[in-house]
Amino acid sequence: MKAPVSWIREYVDLPADVTTDELTRRLTALGLKLEGVESAGAGISGPLVVGRVLTMEPEPQKNGKTINWCTVDVGAANGTGEPQGIVCGAHNFAPGDLVVVILPGGVLPGNFEISARKTYGHLSAGMICSARELGLGDDHDGIIVLPADAGEPGDDAFDVLGLREEVIEFEINPDRAYALSLRGIAREAALAFGAPFRDPADRPVPAPNDAGYPVFVDDPAGCPVFVARTVTGLDPAAPTPDWMARRLQQAGMRPISLAVDVTNYVMLETGRPIHGYDADKLAGPIRVRRAREGERLRTLDGTDRVLSPEDLVVTDDSGIIGLGGVMGGETTEMSDTTTNVLVEAAHWDPVSMFRTGKRHKISSEAGKRNERGVDPVITPAAADRVVELLVTYGGGTADPGVTVVGSPPPQPRITISYDLPARVTGIAIDAATTVANLEAVGCTLDKADSTLTATPPPWRPDLVDPFDLVEEVARIVGYDRVPSVLPREAAGRGLSREQRLRRRVGRTLAGAGCVEVISFPFVGDAAFDALGLPADDPRRHTVRLANPLSSEEPSYTTTLLPGLLKAAARNIGRGATGVSLFETGTVAFPVDRGPAPIYGVDWRPSDDELAKLFDAIPEQPLYLAVVLAGERERAGWWGGGRAAGWSDAVALVRRLGTELGLDVEVSASTRAPWHPGRCAQLAVAGEPIGYAGELHPKVCQAFGLPARSAAVELDLDALMRRARDVVPGPEFSTYPLAKEDVALIVANDVPAADVEAALREGAGPLLESVRLFDVYTGDQVGEGRKSLAFALRFRAPDRTLTEEETAAARDAAVALAAERTGAVQRS
Amino acid sequence: MSGPNTDYDPVEVTPLKPEEVEAARDAALAAIAAAADLDELKQVRIEHTGDRSPLALANREIGALPPAARKEAGQRIGQARGAVNQALAARQEVLEAEHEQRMLVEETVDVTLPTDRVPTGARHPLTTGSELIADIFVAMGWEVAEGPVIEAEWLNFDALNLGPDHPARTMQDTFWTDPPEDHLVLRTHTSPVQARTMLSRTPPIYVVCPGRVFRTDEYDATHSPVFHQVEGLAVDEGITMAHLKGTLDHFAAQMFGEGISTRFRPSYFPFTEPSAEVDLVCFVCRGAGKLDGATCRTCRGEGWIEWGGCGVVNPRVLTACGVDAERYTGFAFGMGIDRTLMFRHGIEDLRALFEGDVRFTTAFGTEL
Repeated sequence: MKAPVSWIREYVDLPADVTTDELTRRLTALGLKLEGVESAGAGISGPLVVGRVLTMEPEPQKNGKTINWCTVDVGAANGTGEPQGIVCGAHNFAPGDLVVVILPGGVLPGNFEISARKTYGHLSAGMICSARELGLGDDHDGIIVLPADAGEPGDDAFDVLGLREEVIEFEINPDRAYALSLRGIAREAALAFGAPFRDPADRPVPAPNDAGYPVFVDDPAGCPVFVARTVTGLDPAAPTPDWMARRLQQAGMRPISLAVDVTNYVMLETGRPIHGYDADKLAGPIRVRRAREGERLRTLDGTDRVLSPEDLVVTDDSGIIGLGGVMGGETTEMSDTTTNVLVEAAHWDPVSMFRTGKRHKISSEAGKRNERGVDPVITPAAADRVVELLVTYGGGTADPGVTVVGSPPPQPRITISYDLPARVTGIAIDAATTVANLEAVGCTLDKADSTLTATPPPWRPDLVDPFDLVEEVARIVGYDRVPSVLPREAAGRGLSREQRLRRRVGRTLAGAGCVEVISFPFVGDAAFDALGLPADDPRRHTVRLANPLSSEEPSYTTTLLPGLLKAAARNIGRGATGVSLFETGTVAFPVDRGPAPIYGVDWRPSDDELAKLFDAIPEQPLYLAVVLAGERERAGWWGGGRAAGWSDAVALVRRLGTELGLDVEVSASTRAPWHPGRCAQLAVAGEPIGYAGELHPKVCQAFGLPARSAAVELDLDALMRRARDVVPGPEFSTYPLAKEDVALIVANDVPAADVEAALREGAGPLLESVRLFDVYTGDQVGEGRKSLAFALRFRAPDRTLTEEETAAARDAAVALAAERTGAVQRS
Repeated sequence: MSGPNTDYDPVEVTPLKPEEVEAARDAALAAIAAAADLDELKQVRIEHTGDRSPLALANREIGALPPAARKEAGQRIGQARGAVNQALAARQEVLEAEHEQRMLVEETVDVTLPTDRVPTGARHPLTTGSELIADIFVAMGWEVAEGPVIEAEWLNFDALNLGPDHPARTMQDTFWTDPPEDHLVLRTHTSPVQARTMLSRTPPIYVVCPGRVFRTDEYDATHSPVFHQVEGLAVDEGITMAHLKGTLDHFAAQMFGEGISTRFRPSYFPFTEPSAEVDLVCFVCRGAGKLDGATCRTCRGEGWIEWGGCGVVNPRVLTACGVDAERYTGFAFGMGIDRTLMFRHGIEDLRALFEGDVRFTTAFGTEL
């Protein structure tokens, strides 16, 4: 909402020395959020003066244009009093006209400096200005010709053109719909400065009579008040007065025609949207009702609309002529030949306005006000103001008929105890202050001994609850008076187990050289295709969005990999030779258990109802993904670098397992987007939790990643669920260690983990550790076979092991490995 | 039967003559002093203290002396050998020190060589920033509450006094899941977590809810359809706006430094009444609006930075969430974590947070 300061001052007697700064500061403190202050003449600096054209000599030029060589009387503004010689390209003026002249030394918007310069064979000392050059509009038909009484030559033109006018733009919160009018803003200014307020809607209004245009309201709940007035004999060519056009422009509205401009002006002035009909296009009585299923209307924006039975419509004998309170219809629209106008000022049900606006996607100035709530009481006054302005500036005649149907709905009564404002705000607010402040905002009070009953003023439909009154009292007292007091110390339980574990996971990965990224969780088929997911992969079954940002990514993601792989590729594209990234984030899987219920809000839903609600929400586990692309270790003076590979990915998961006190079980698997021969399934206590390994070559290619990039994705919730909470203190022996190394030859497809498990089991309780330290393939072990070298470490808790004991344990280990995996000890 | 032969006339034993012993000692001391390194000293040790060294040989002769002479000869030899050993030890120490010093010099490396064999990792500033905030509140005895991002419409809106026909719903451009009749949204704020907390617990409640939220905003330098919020909720007996102010002042001071406080401006949120916008004293110019004569860039000369929204929990919200609104009052607040980090760290373009460029993230290290 844009409000010119002079317009505000029209309704409130602010002290003359109140600056715009001070005004906005105080209004902000009351709750009108400042968006900005603009001044119409911003970008112009003087001398900008009124001039009278004395002579003009048309001079045709070789280029086909004709310029005017003019002399202009600018009074004493040029320091000499002599006429100023100026070349002008426009032709819409004549000697004797008053024009606007910028003299050398002045600056126009766009930092356009004016100087005396030689042009078309003359020394042109300044410029006669058009509205566009002054940034006052798009009118470039010619220069500005001022009204004959605008001033004298040499007068400062800033004031004449209103260029010093400052316009304050407010962002009006939905609860303060009354401030979508100058009436409302001035009322707040009056409150802010304790200055007298003159209500522009407080005017004598002719009494309703039966001579007015016939109106029937079938739905008084939807349209409690409908006022109709008629103005006849308008001059369709009558211009909008300059002052009104200027104010409309300052408020951000485009002047169109007198009749339209007057309705808009009164809306800005009073907050009440007004609709004007071309009375000659109306047929029979007006009737307000709900639309019927399938009815249609072409609104004046040219859109054909199919109406809903919830829409309130205005009809006449021809059918529907308007979407009540939201937008008029095309058939009865005012035009540049309209001479008779029917003025409609009506009060509409805000909920109905909101729904109609939303349903038809109409966002209009009228709708914005009607859906938030307008003062119903001033409806006749607003209509009368429109009539007055049309009569004054359009040369029309006010028809004596005054139609008023219905009456404003009653105001609620709100009872509070006197100390409620103090109890809620913590400010020492006494009863007298509460009473005074509620009266200041327009409430009518019924003061009992212990309670106070307030009837809010009709322009404050937002005041409904006791706490609404508290806010009114508090904002006038001043939020700066709220003391700063810490609440009592709460007996909190600290971070949850999961929150602590998540931090550990993040620190572990960062410690392992991975950088965390946060991506948008939106995904589409292109990403799934690039990952090579089969058509029936469950990850393609997504929670879809009804209104995605992009139709390419219409779903909430089921995997973190697309975002992560793209981020890795972005880094590589920006010159990184290697990048290790991780992300933790929720993914979503549909549960398809029907819609989530909507409950009332007047009491808590039952536990069963809540269970039903929670049940309908998609599953959203926390996932962890890692991508390792390109160099994992850098080359340097220490030697060569090392590219990331499948084992780095698996190693990270094992490291995480260690951090969480878990043994991660690794087994070979195949799953997109991993390389089918280099994909590990990860499990904890037999429960699969995710996958790690090298990415499929096609996936690397599709995402623009270096060959052999590796990745991990796992269900972090599942991993953390199994994390050990209390680790038992280990017991360990200090007797000497016995070492035995064995090399076992197995078939190539035997997993090392199986051999290791057999060794571990076969070695028995004396085994302290087993570690694979070499893998050999080649002639010495034969085609299709590999040699796995393990270091076995034995130790007893209570004695030094003998060679025999150690050898026996080793042999038992090898024997079980042989039995389970066909291993043959290499000699 | 027979005692010592006291009549025995000592035979003159040449090596034990004082001048011989002195000569041997002096030769040894000279050799020790002349030893240039540990190897030479080792050789000297063998030559002058070994079994075949003059002093060792002389020592062996003592037995041949008559008892009366043994003591004196023994003393003489012992003193000589002591002097030699002492000199050896001293020389050994000197040479070892020299050796060590030389070795250390020889082993000098260029310690300015790069050491970045494994690149550094980092956690995301939004993560560590959220944790920093959580820790500030946990230190006050609050807890950190979390909830799903795809949320029931009723929890995201209705329960928070944002009924289906509330104009404020259009203030929050919402992502709906398909079909919208499922009444599921990508949460537009973390407030549904507050609702969940009140639905599942009884006061006193002191929770902060950091998390990811969604609005259908265009993606540009200052807007993102995906961003992060932290909200706080306190519900207890006797809670007032003053407690809200106290809590936010404390939060501001912890996050931005001692002396940084907040101010309230009246505003509107459906879930709070009275409602306020929270401004923060600019922590760069400390409210002056100017820094070294120039306009402060962080607050653009305002002296204040818009931080978030807050207010007293609307009793309608308490009621919908099963809290006795007669007995309890509450306060709530919320601010953007992304935006907070942007001005705290002077980040010009919001998109840097979501691009995943490691140069951005590693700049913050692993903690904020």
